Amino acid sequence: MPHKAEIRARASQLRAAFETAGAHPVETSVLLPAEVLLDLYGEDIRARAYVTSDSLRGEQMLRPDFTVPVVQMHMDHGAEPARYTYSGEVFRRQEDDSDRANEYTQVGYEVFDRENPAAADAEVFALFQKTLTPLNLRAATGDIGVLKAAVLGLETTDARKRALLRHIWRPRRFRALMDRFSGVTPVPPSRAALLAQDTPMAHEFPVIGMRTTEEISARIDALKDDAAAAPLAEGQVALIDALLGVREAMPFALEHLRDIAVDMPAITEAVFRLKDRMDALAALGVDVEALDFEANYGRTQMEYYDGFVFGFYAADRPDLPPVATGGRYDALTRVLGQGRSIPAVGGVIRPGLMLEVEGAL
Amino acid sequence: MTIKLGVPSKGRLMEKTFDWFGARGVSLSRSGSDREYAGAVEGVEGVELVLLSAGEIPRELSAGRIHLGVTGTDLIREKLGQWEQQVEELALLGFGQADLIIAVPNCWVDVDTLDDLDAAASAFRAKHGFRLRIATKYHRLVREFLRDNGVADYQLVDSQGATEGTVKNLTAEAVADITSTGETLRANHLKLLADGMALASQATLFRARKAPMTAQDRLALKALVTKLGIAA
Repeated sequence: MPHKAEIRARASQLRAAFETAGAHPVETSVLLPAEVLLDLYGEDIRARAYVTSDSLRGEQMLRPDFTVPVVQMHMDHGAEPARYTYSGEVFRRQEDDSDRANEYTQVGYEVFDRENPAAADAEVFALFQKTLTPLNLRAATGDIGVLKAAVLGLETTDARKRALLRHIWRPRRFRALMDRFSGVTPVPPSRAALLAQDTPMAHEFPVIGMRTTEEISARIDALKDDAAAAPLAEGQVALIDALLGVREAMPFALEHLRDIAVDMPAITEAVFRLKDRMDALAALGVDVEALDFEANYGRTQMEYYDGFVFGFYAADRPDLPPVATGGRYDALTRVLGQGRSIPAVGGVIRPGLMLEVEGAL
Repeated sequence: MTIKLGVPSKGRLMEKTFDWFGARGVSLSRSGSDREYAGAVEGVEGVELVLLSAGEIPRELSAGRIHLGVTGTDLIREKLGQWEQQVEELALLGFGQADLIIAVPNCWVDVDTLDDLDAAASAFRAKHGFRLRIATKYHRLVREFLRDNGVADYQLVDSQGATEGTVKNLTAEAVADITSTGETLRANHLKLLADGMALASQATLFRARKAPMTAQDRLALKALVTKLGIAA
């Protein structure tokens, strides 16, 4: 295992390099109020973060990542535009794989800038790629924004689009919903029986709990609307499948997505953004011809990313997690900003993994 | 050295375990008074009976302080990460059946599946400003089950007892608990979700993979499992 002192030295070098690139160094607390993280990520965060508590402040979490505290700090009193860097340890529960570290160092670089999102995306990616060049890693990129646009562009009800958007980061559930909406999965018998009733709300059961009769009634109305709506057309499902299947070098992926956009004009804007990003990357010297783009990338791991996503992997060490990951998280700043928001993109490098890949440890 | 066999220290689970071993020619008994947690083993050599709280048996197996233990599958899976690497299932004992289930109020006529629960949770959160609360003491099992089934916008609230009462008391909207017959659910105006069974559990004889054994212990273990008629 990498030695802590060496990891710390490498982390300092990385942070210094990020400062040179224009970032302002920041520190955050190790203990974070559990409420904010729970509200943001839901119950799943408990499986990933260590929770502790005292009788005064209630539940606290050991920092599972820096993004949330850094965004909060920026939203509270940051000037714009801003570039931040930080380094320190994060803590992750590992209950299913004892070989994965439950404590490791991250060094991050985050850009909060309204002016030119494509340029900011490219700036972060190019900086990471340059920093990691000696390791000869494989880079993967994706764009959650394209899939979001595609869902919004489906020819179906708004309720169905909202349900699909909500589960973009849960690919299995997303697929199950597509199957349900397109009529591939039959309506469950209990739902069919409910919808066949004239007065489903007329029952003898005592009304208990906080979920009100009005809420139950509203859901039944929603189910009726859904049952009355036409199934999602086969062609629409095929377009989403085609989009999710896009996986090739960025310029080819772009061509492929343009073809899909002919039949699905709703993604046109998102595809233009991808083009702008590719041009911005090329302008910073990134070899986009050799850069992989996967439309499905980033759907299982990084739930707060909602645009550009990337990761750097050691090709000959499939046992290791990605050495660096990052992406755009505009929606997160909206949730944490209580009404305010700012476009944000950033990423983290794990110096411990860098050292391990280099074979120095 | 002896092979240590951990058995629940009281109640029906203890009696049924004693019966199960007794029917296979291994007599287990509590020594001394009812209050003393020591026991005797007859019918096989080199095995010692350790009476423990059923809830502590997973931990003792994991630490290797006992070689064998009888407890529910539910407790093993809740308490031990990567449980298959820590313990081996030797035999299902055919009693102590308990299912970990998700239940919601009967009056939720619109909710019968996990898919419904997920949709209800989404609407509930939008309306009430917090995630739909599910009361349970089986946090890990329930969380994994709901994650695998793509249910979002819920939170687990801890309930160590009287879990079925939490909905009426407005401290939770739904419950996840162990049930054997469903009586308690019915009495509290709750119903099972059609696909809401997170785990079917029963009393099981486990072997600790990491417990240290001498050559003599191995022979004693072999003799025991042969006598019990199970392969190990």
